[in-house]
Amino acid sequence: MELVRLSENTVIILDDAVIDPTIFARIQAIAEAIQTELAEVIIDLVPAYHSIHITFSLLKTSGDEFLQRIEKIIAQEKKSVFKKAQQLVVHIPVYYGDEVAEDFSLILAEKKITKDELINIHSEKIYDVYAIGFSPGFAYLGYVDSRIAMPRKKTPRSHVIKGSVAIADQQTAVYPSDSPGGWQIIGRTPLDVVNYTQDHPMLFSIGGKVKFDVIDREEYLRLGGVLP
Amino acid sequence: MSLQITQANFLALIQDLGRKGYQHIGVTAGGPMDEHAFLWANYLLGNDSDAPQIEITYGAFSAVFTQPTILALCGADLSATLNKQSIDPWQTYAVQAGDEIKFTSPNSKKGSAIRAYLAVKGGFNVPTHLSSCATVMRENMGGLNHDGKKLLKADVITYKKTYVGISDVQALVRHVPEKFIPHYSQKVTLRYLPNMASNGFSRVGQTLFSHLVYRVSQQSDRMGYRLITENKADEKSLFADDSISHQKKITSLISQGVSIGTIQIPPDGQPIVLMRDRQTMGGYPIMGCVAYQDIAKLAQCAPNAQVLFVPIDVEALEAEMVQYQQFFGVE
Repeated sequence: MELVRLSENTVIILDDAVIDPTIFARIQAIAEAIQTELAEVIIDLVPAYHSIHITFSLLKTSGDEFLQRIEKIIAQEKKSVFKKAQQLVVHIPVYYGDEVAEDFSLILAEKKITKDELINIHSEKIYDVYAIGFSPGFAYLGYVDSRIAMPRKKTPRSHVIKGSVAIADQQTAVYPSDSPGGWQIIGRTPLDVVNYTQDHPMLFSIGGKVKFDVIDREEYLRLGGVLP
Repeated sequence: MSLQITQANFLALIQDLGRKGYQHIGVTAGGPMDEHAFLWANYLLGNDSDAPQIEITYGAFSAVFTQPTILALCGADLSATLNKQSIDPWQTYAVQAGDEIKFTSPNSKKGSAIRAYLAVKGGFNVPTHLSSCATVMRENMGGLNHDGKKLLKADVITYKKTYVGISDVQALVRHVPEKFIPHYSQKVTLRYLPNMASNGFSRVGQTLFSHLVYRVSQQSDRMGYRLITENKADEKSLFADDSISHQKKITSLISQGVSIGTIQIPPDGQPIVLMRDRQTMGGYPIMGCVAYQDIAKLAQCAPNAQVLFVPIDVEALEAEMVQYQQFFGVE
């Protein structure tokens, strides 16, 4: 575990550089401890995969003092065995229909599987939120079963429709808003994963759990889904 | 009751100090590219440090005040005029109903800096979106109608009336003291803190980096400043095997949170300095981070400006930043 001063008021904690559930659990535990113990000096805290990026207030602590306090927390947390409280699973209804699953044929051909297999494999797993970034509320979910893990497109689409459910290597995600994007699209949810009118504008949170539920065309339309 | 935009042909954005505390949900911070100039404008008017202002890039902007107020102008000299009389930045001006302010283009005698800040007494009234009105166009966030749109001709921004009697005008003028006015230039030397993480560049890489002469690329924006070397052959040299501290040559990292001023080195060897509208995470190898106070200098550079880097210790930078934050009352 490395603790590095990046700038006047930012530091980063770096664990081993692998995407791994054990390391991610440790990162979450440390992030939670820092959030609790140092709340008054923290401006922003971004945990992701194997790292925690922290912006702190130089008016409330010196850099040296802050680094020492973080080091102490890391030492404590490394010793404790991390057992995470049972997380609520966020269910996302997904319509895996041909009209919206723009990259079905590509994946089926490449992975030599049937459409039903792809849908089953993608929807039966419970995923972890490893990071949120790229755009507001864009959650990186892992791991996708290797039987359907499909690399990103060489040339990204300039326009991916909001709600698109997609795969990139061993990760999957829901596009929270219309944006450019290079992930392979396999379905669409009628749900808003970002809603700024609510107290908690984001459906996903780091460390949370997510499951995709298969819905048919009628249900998709009933829930407000739109078709091309 | 308001400021009426009569011309907005390039880029004029509503900004405050940006969104703090939302990076963990992927929300870009935003905020003024030249925070130092922004803070002085609010300071001169006795406003809250976070009071909304207009960031005007390059010029091609004009607006009419429909009620009296005091304005402050800081940052770049964009050859501004008030009722066709030329006005200098870094001071306040009293305006009456019907007065017109106009920005044309960067003044080459004042370093051709490109971003000016227009503030009014009490700040502009703009609704907030995730506790800030900072405009982030890419994320359709903030701005006048909180949809991330830049300001357009015929937009109307309200502000509180401040009556200024003719006899008070001179007494109310406030200037930024000469010694605090930056000398903007299109030739900048940026101090940076080398990345000391084990996934950073080695001493050889750092030395190479700080000896190269860069130019600001056309592909620079509020998200990041892309830099190109004058000599094409130098680009790849940053990735020479002995300039990376790893045994193996690294060209990408697992995505992680990034700081403002981060100097990313993508595989093509052309550095990107991350600015206010940066994404919350990045995955390119990191050379270091530009000193907080020097980000404003870079933000005033236009494409083709010359950029050099010089390494510095964190202790000096920390003391400087504490002084800055205490003076302006920001963190």
